[in-house]
Amino acid sequence: MSFSDYTVGAPVVDKAAPDGPIETRWERRKFGVKLVNPANKRKVKIIVVGTGLAGGAAAATLGEAGYHVTSFCYQDSPRRAHSIAAQGGINAAKNYRNDGDSVYRLFYDTVKGGDFRARESNVHRLAEISRQIIDQCVAQGVPFAREYGGLLDTRSFGGVQVSRTFYARGQTGQQLLLGAYQALERQIHAGTVNMYERHEMLELIMVEGRARGIVARDMVTGEISTHLADAVVLATGGYGNVFYLSTNAKGCNVTANWRAHRKGALFANPCFTQIHPTCIPVSGDHQSKLTLMSESLRNDGRVWVPKRLGDDRAPSQIPEDERDYFLERKYPSFGNLVPRDIASRAAKEVCDEKRGVGPTGLGVYLDFADAIARLGRPAVEAKYGNLFEMYERITGENPYETPMRIFPAVHYTMGGLWVDYDLQSTIPGMFVAGEANFSDHGANRLGASALMQGLSDGYFVLPVTIGDYLASTTLPEVAPDAPEVLEAVGAVNERIDTLLSINGTRTVDSFHRELGHIMWDYCGMERTEEGLRKALELIPELRREFWNNVKVPGTGAELNQSLEKAGRVADFLELGELMCLDALHRAESCGGHFRAESQTEDGEAARDDENFAYAGAWEYTGRGEAPILHKEELNFEYVHPTQRSYK
Amino acid sequence: MKLNLRVWRQNDQVDKGRMVDYTVDDASEDMSFLELIDVLNEKLILAGQDPIAFDHDCREGICGSCSMVIDGQPHGPQKATTVCQLHMRQFNDGDTINVEPWRAGAFPVVKDLVVDRSAFDKIIQAGGYVSVNTGSAPEAHSTPVPKAAADRSFAAANCIGCGACVAACPNGSASLFLGAKLTHLGEMPQGQPERYERVVTMVDTHDAAGFGGCTNTGACATACPKEIPLDVISQLNKDYLAATVGGKRRKG
Ligand SMILES: Cc1cc2nc3c(=O)[nH]c(=O)nc-3n(C[C@H](O)[C@H](O)[C@H](O)COP(=O)(O)OP(=O)(O)OC[C@H]3O[C@@H](n4cnc5c(N)ncnc54)[C@H](O)[C@@H]3O)c2cc1C
Ligand code: SF4
Ligand code: FES
Repeated sequence: MSFSDYTVGAPVVDKAAPDGPIETRWERRKFGVKLVNPANKRKVKIIVVGTGLAGGAAAATLGEAGYHVTSFCYQDSPRRAHSIAAQGGINAAKNYRNDGDSVYRLFYDTVKGGDFRARESNVHRLAEISRQIIDQCVAQGVPFAREYGGLLDTRSFGGVQVSRTFYARGQTGQQLLLGAYQALERQIHAGTVNMYERHEMLELIMVEGRARGIVARDMVTGEISTHLADAVVLATGGYGNVFYLSTNAKGCNVTANWRAHRKGALFANPCFTQIHPTCIPVSGDHQSKLTLMSESLRNDGRVWVPKRLGDDRAPSQIPEDERDYFLERKYPSFGNLVPRDIASRAAKEVCDEKRGVGPTGLGVYLDFADAIARLGRPAVEAKYGNLFEMYERITGENPYETPMRIFPAVHYTMGGLWVDYDLQSTIPGMFVAGEANFSDHGANRLGASALMQGLSDGYFVLPVTIGDYLASTTLPEVAPDAPEVLEAVGAVNERIDTLLSINGTRTVDSFHRELGHIMWDYCGMERTEEGLRKALELIPELRREFWNNVKVPGTGAELNQSLEKAGRVADFLELGELMCLDALHRAESCGGHFRAESQTEDGEAARDDENFAYAGAWEYTGRGEAPILHKEELNFEYVHPTQRSYK
Repeated sequence: MKLNLRVWRQNDQVDKGRMVDYTVDDASEDMSFLELIDVLNEKLILAGQDPIAFDHDCREGICGSCSMVIDGQPHGPQKATTVCQLHMRQFNDGDTINVEPWRAGAFPVVKDLVVDRSAFDKIIQAGGYVSVNTGSAPEAHSTPVPKAAADRSFAAANCIGCGACVAACPNGSASLFLGAKLTHLGEMPQGQPERYERVVTMVDTHDAAGFGGCTNTGACATACPKEIPLDVISQLNKDYLAATVGGKRRKG
C-alpha cells in the first residue's frame, strides 16, 4: 500500500467549546474550568517550547500565575524568536476610529478571509481577546504608533474596510515580542521560569498516553537532557521552510511538531500555505531566504508587466500603452489591493506566460512613479523610506528611479497540529499555540492576524485552559529512568548517530534545496493532481537518498550546525509528503490552496463546501506509510459560506 | 568575484583560536555576506572540513543574531546595516576580507564566530521591563502618550540586542544597549514607577557581568546597525545620578 492510499478514520470532534450563543462561549468556558489551588501551582511543572509571541507570552503568564515553568528556544536568546520579524501590525476590534468595527466584524472578516475553513468558536474568541491584547501590550510599554493627541494610531490592512491594525512602524512583531520577552525575563528573574536557550527539542516524552516531557539537545555541548513535566506546550512556529526558500527565519522548523505528530498528535490541514505576493525575487542559486516587502506598498505601488512576450527593454523604455497593469485589469474594484492569494497567483500567471521581468523572468514590477508624481517624493519617502532602503540594500536598485521587482514567496502556514478549543492536541497534556497549531485562520490568514493569535493563545487562552487539564487530571510521578523516558532518549541518540555515520556525498542544504524545488513546483501557488502525484513519487526517493547519502561533518558532542539542519531537513522530508497528500486529497480550491482542477470559468478559486467543509487531521502510521484522515466537520452557524469575489 | 577570506577559527571556549585563509572564486555581488559564508561552508563540508560556525536566523536585520567583525568593523563597512543585510557589491573583486567574532570580555567565544551574549539577557532580567501581570492592564486609551515621547521611545526600543556596540567599544561597555532600554521604558508613562529603581539595578548588573565603563568614545553609535542615538547614554547617566545622588530611587 502506498502513502497516497490513505484511509478515513473516525471523525475528530472538538469537545471543549461550549455550544449556545457564540458571544458567551468563552465566558462560559472560563467559568467552567476547574482551577488549580494557588498553593499547589508551584508544584506543577509546565514545559513551554518556543519563546515567540505565543510561547513567550504563555511562559511569562504561567510563571506569573505561580506555576513552575521551563522554557526552551533554539536561538541564543528568547528575544530572537521569529516573531521578531513581523512588520505590518496587529489587529484588534477596538473600534477607536468609530468606523463600524466590532468584535463581530473582526470575527466575520476572519472566518470569511479564511475561506470558511476555520472553527467559528475559536475565531470569535480570538476577536474578543484582541482588545485585551492591546491593553496588555500598552501597559508593558510597547511603543505603538500614536497620533498627535497621544492616542493610538491604526491603519487598514490586508483587504478589510475598517482601520483596526495597530502598529509600531514596520517593526510591530519586534516591539510586541520585546514586550513578551521582557515579561518572560521578569519571571526568570523571579525564579518561576527556567530558561534553556540554544536547546532544541528533539523528542516528546509520553507516559500512559499523556505528554509528560521532552528530550532536548544542548546545541553548544551536544548534551542530551530530559525534562519532565505535568503538561507540555508547543509554541514552535510555522513550517514554511519546508520550501527551503521562504520569508521565515533560517532556523524555523517543524521538528517539535513532527516528533509529536509521530507520537500521535494529529496534523491538520498541512497543505494550507500562505504565499505572500510582495517579496524580493530570487537573485541566484546562492539565495538562502526571501525578504518580504510590506504589504502596505500595494497601497501606492502599481503592479505591471510588459504586454509583449519577451519584451526585455528597461522598464522606463516601455511606454504606458505597452504595459499590462494586470491586477487593475482583472480586478477593477480592488485593483492592486486584492488579497494575498489572488495577487500571488496573478503574478505567477503572467510569469508562466513568459512576461515576467528581471534576470530570471520570475518577477513583476511594483511601480511608484505615479505615486511619486501625485504625492511628491518626500511624501512617498515618509511612508516607505525604510522599505525602499531595504530594497536597495538587497538588490542594488533604487526604487525611486526604477520600479521594484517583486515575486510571491512562502510566508505563513495555516496548517499545524490539531487542537480543540482549549488548544489541547489529540495527545492529552500537550497544548499547541501560535503558528504551530491549525486553529484560527482556516485556509488563508488575514494580514496582522498572526500576531493577534499568538498573543491571544499565549497570554489569555492557555493559562486558563491548561489549568483545567491540570486540576482535573491526576498525574503519577514519572521516574527519570522510566522506560518511556529512556526510550525517547535512545531514539534521539540513535537518530543523531545515524545522521553522523552516513558520511555520503551531498550536503544537508543540497537536499533541502531540492525538496524546496519539489514543493514549490508541485505544492506551491497552483496545485494539480498530476503534479502532486509526481511530488509524491519524488519526495520518498529524495528521502531515501538523504538517509543513504547525506554528509554531516563533525560530532554530536559539539556545536554542530550541520547536524542541527540535518535533523530538521529529515523531518521536512516527511512533512512535505504529507502536505502533498493533503493537497491531493482536497480536490477543491480554498484560500491559499488552489487546485487547478477546481476553478470558476474566469479562473478564480472554486470551493466545494459539499465535500470539503472540514478540517483534515492526519494520523501518522509510520514513515512513508499511508496515514489515516480524521475529519472535523465545520459548522457555520453565524457566518454563512459565500464565494469570495474581488472583481 | 573572487574573494580571499581570513576567518577566525576556534573549536570551543578553551581553544586559543587562529585566523585561517580561504578563497571563494565564484562569489556574486548579489549575495549577502552570510550567503558567501554558506557557499564557503558547502565547499568545506564536501572537502571533509569543519564548516564555519556563525549565528544567524532572520537574515533580515531584525533578530540580532548575526555578529561578525568584518575588517575590524562590527557588522562590516556599510552604515546602519547588519551583516546579514550586507551584500557583496560593497566589496571588490580580489579583496581580502578579515572576519572575526565580537571581541569583548563579557561575550566569550563559543565557537568560531559564535559568542555567548547571555549577559544581555541578565541585564534585562535586572529590570528591563514594566511589572505588569497579564490581565491587569487598564484600557489602552486611559493613558495618552505624547507622540514625541512615543517616537523617541520607539527609536530606542528599536535596538536588536546584537552587541555590536560592545564589540566596537574600546572598553567593552554595553552602555548603548543599556541606555536604549532605559530610554525606551523611561520615555513611556508606563515605565515611570520603576524608572529610578530600574536604572540602578540594570547598571549594577551590567557592571557585574564584566562590561566596561563608558568613556564617551561614540564608537558604539557608529557601529550600531539600528542607529540608536548616542544621547540614550546621557539619559542613562542622568537617570542614574537622579536615582543615586538625587535620592529618587525608592527606598527598600
Ligand atoms: C517576514 C514576516 C512578517 C510577518 N508580518 C506579520 C504581521 O505584520 N502581522 C502578523 O500578524 N503576522 C505577521 N507574520 C506572521 C507572524 O510573525 C508569525 O506567524 C508569528 O510571529 C509566529 O509566532 P509564534 O510564537 O507562533 O512562533 P515563532 O515566533 O516562530 O517562535 C517559535 C519559537 O519556537 C522555538 N523553537 C522552534 N522549534 C524548536 C525546537 N525544536 N526546540 C526548541 N525551540 C524551538 C524558537 O526558538 C522560537 O522561540 C509575519 C511573518 C513573517 C515571516
Ligand atoms: S544598541 Fe545597537 S549595536 Fe548595541 S545591541 Fe542595540 S542594536 Fe546592537
Ligand atoms: S540574522 Fe537576524 S539580524 Fe542578521
